[in-house]
Amino acid sequence: MKKMARGLLLLAAGAALLAGVSRQGLAQGRNITVKGSDTMVILGQRWAEVYMSRNPGVPIQVTGGGSGTGIAALINGTCDVAESSRPMKDSEKAEVSQKRGKPVVEIPVALDGLAVYVNEQNPVSELSLEQLKKIYTGVAKNWKEVGGRDERIILYGRENSSGTYVYFKEHVLENADYYPTTQTLPGTAAVINAVARDTRGIGYGGIAYGKGIKHLRVRKDANSPAIEPSMDNVMSGAYPISRYLYWYLAGQPAGDLKKLVDWVMTKDGQSVVENVGYYPLPEDVLTRYAGGPAKQAKAKSRKSGVK
Amino acid sequence: MGDLAISVSSGTLQRARAPRRWREWAITKLIQLNAWLALAFIALILVFVAREAVPLFYEPASQAEVGWSRLFLPQHYGTPDAPLPYVWQPVSTEPKYSLMPLFLGTLKITTIAMLFAAPLALAAAVYTAEFAPGWVRETVKPAVELLAGFPSVVLGFFALIVLASWLQRAFDFDYRLNAVNAGIALGLAVIPIIYTVCEDALGAVPRGLREASWALGATRAETAWRVVLPAALPGIFAGCVLGFGRAIGETMIVLMASGNAAITSWSFTESVRTLSATIAAELAEVVFGSPHYRVLFLLGLLLFIFTLLLNSAGEWMIARLRRHLTGRA
Repeated sequence: MKKMARGLLLLAAGAALLAGVSRQGLAQGRNITVKGSDTMVILGQRWAEVYMSRNPGVPIQVTGGGSGTGIAALINGTCDVAESSRPMKDSEKAEVSQKRGKPVVEIPVALDGLAVYVNEQNPVSELSLEQLKKIYTGVAKNWKEVGGRDERIILYGRENSSGTYVYFKEHVLENADYYPTTQTLPGTAAVINAVARDTRGIGYGGIAYGKGIKHLRVRKDANSPAIEPSMDNVMSGAYPISRYLYWYLAGQPAGDLKKLVDWVMTKDGQSVVENVGYYPLPEDVLTRYAGGPAKQAKAKSRKSGVK
Repeated sequence: MGDLAISVSSGTLQRARAPRRWREWAITKLIQLNAWLALAFIALILVFVAREAVPLFYEPASQAEVGWSRLFLPQHYGTPDAPLPYVWQPVSTEPKYSLMPLFLGTLKITTIAMLFAAPLALAAAVYTAEFAPGWVRETVKPAVELLAGFPSVVLGFFALIVLASWLQRAFDFDYRLNAVNAGIALGLAVIPIIYTVCEDALGAVPRGLREASWALGATRAETAWRVVLPAALPGIFAGCVLGFGRAIGETMIVLMASGNAAITSWSFTESVRTLSATIAAELAEVVFGSPHYRVLFLLGLLLFIFTLLLNSAGEWMIARLRRHLTGRA
């Protein structure tokens, strides 16, 4: 009995000590916390790795959880950078300035194109934005209505916690609802996997390559040419479904954080983007960030999403 | 009882009793405290979940977006020529919170899981308890109990990649990820639970009952079916209720293998969305305190209450059965 009591006391003391130590570590605040989009988490980690290998002494912590989680953390002050695959809403920006006393700084850090996948055995290879909308809102239920075989269309999508879900809904569905039969999967890889195994399937997600699927060429309207989702087309803005990936900060960055952000916005930092599977920002956006002259019009028009 | 002990070594009876009695009291109180603590944890969890969910029904912001009628009654969603009475689409310009598809989905998946698991588990239990030679029982029982340790995410993954393709090839389903797929995988997770409890219940039937039956000329099979099984019925029922409770709350398997489409239909070959998968998938990104957040906590509360009621009903049925059987026998 006495031995047990002594053991328990030691355990309690040890736990208290650990709690105290870890709390102290966090309170130091020298590390940079990056939180948010699952679409961007690997990119964030890769940036952090490369930066930390060159600048030891500045620990950078990167976690995922979804764009909304990152934005909520930015509002609450529990992260320095919120990664987001969708632009922040005005109400969210207002909350940041209210709770943290500083205005939101929005920095586009990479480009992403949203590809639409079909099974490689599907004869359909191009669709217009309007046809995509009809398919995903359930108006067009059969592949023969869009030029394919006489088979039912099986819809695959993402969970409503995903920035990709929101982006596709706003820019392709024009804020209409997804048809209830849309099966929701937890990530781009899961969508690709599902479409690869289903000859009748259609899915969307980041531009990524997988066995068994092919990317559809998308045309903006019936008269435009059908554009392939390739790096050049996304960077030039020709591909209709492309979006910026953002870093949001509360207030202008300073010190270590500023050095990190500045590095990310150089050609060196952008070279990491390509390795992860997204697209680097075009020249004019980088020069504009660095304070140089830029083709303002082109950069502005892409910001709204669909061109 | 400690104070009745008499110290033989010396004549100081009073002093020998007091510390021992005090220690008894302290240990008893400590054990009682632990029991109350366990109850307290459950009550506190209920309070926490209810506290986040209940404002849904009086907060003006939530009331504007969602109320009783929108949660449970058919609405006029969809278009006039393609009406959709129940839609679950909370992230939308017009958020839609119909719970019917989620209830139906949970019900369908649990039904399939129980239909698949209960007969198999019961048959296995009867076999190992009544027919199997000793060495077979010694191998099979621990093996099935090992199956219980299988991480559900692995079962979900198996169902997503392998089982779904098998089923689609065998039955030519329209939807690759559907209720049957998730139901069978869920059944695999539930089998060990039902098996263990049933096996214990069958083993607890007194040997005398079996011997009497054999003595009267019944075969092993007849004895097992007509004597042992009815005697073990309360335990078997308890096993099924436990299995059902596990099936209702299981999240990872259904999240990966069911397709998560909130469809309102009675078809088992279509995709389904369950309550547990909805909470798991959507809670990460929901804005703290928003109507969507409160509805998700409401789902959690409903799951909690339903499981509580289910287990209570199961306990009541078991008590009744027990009285019936022992009363008659």
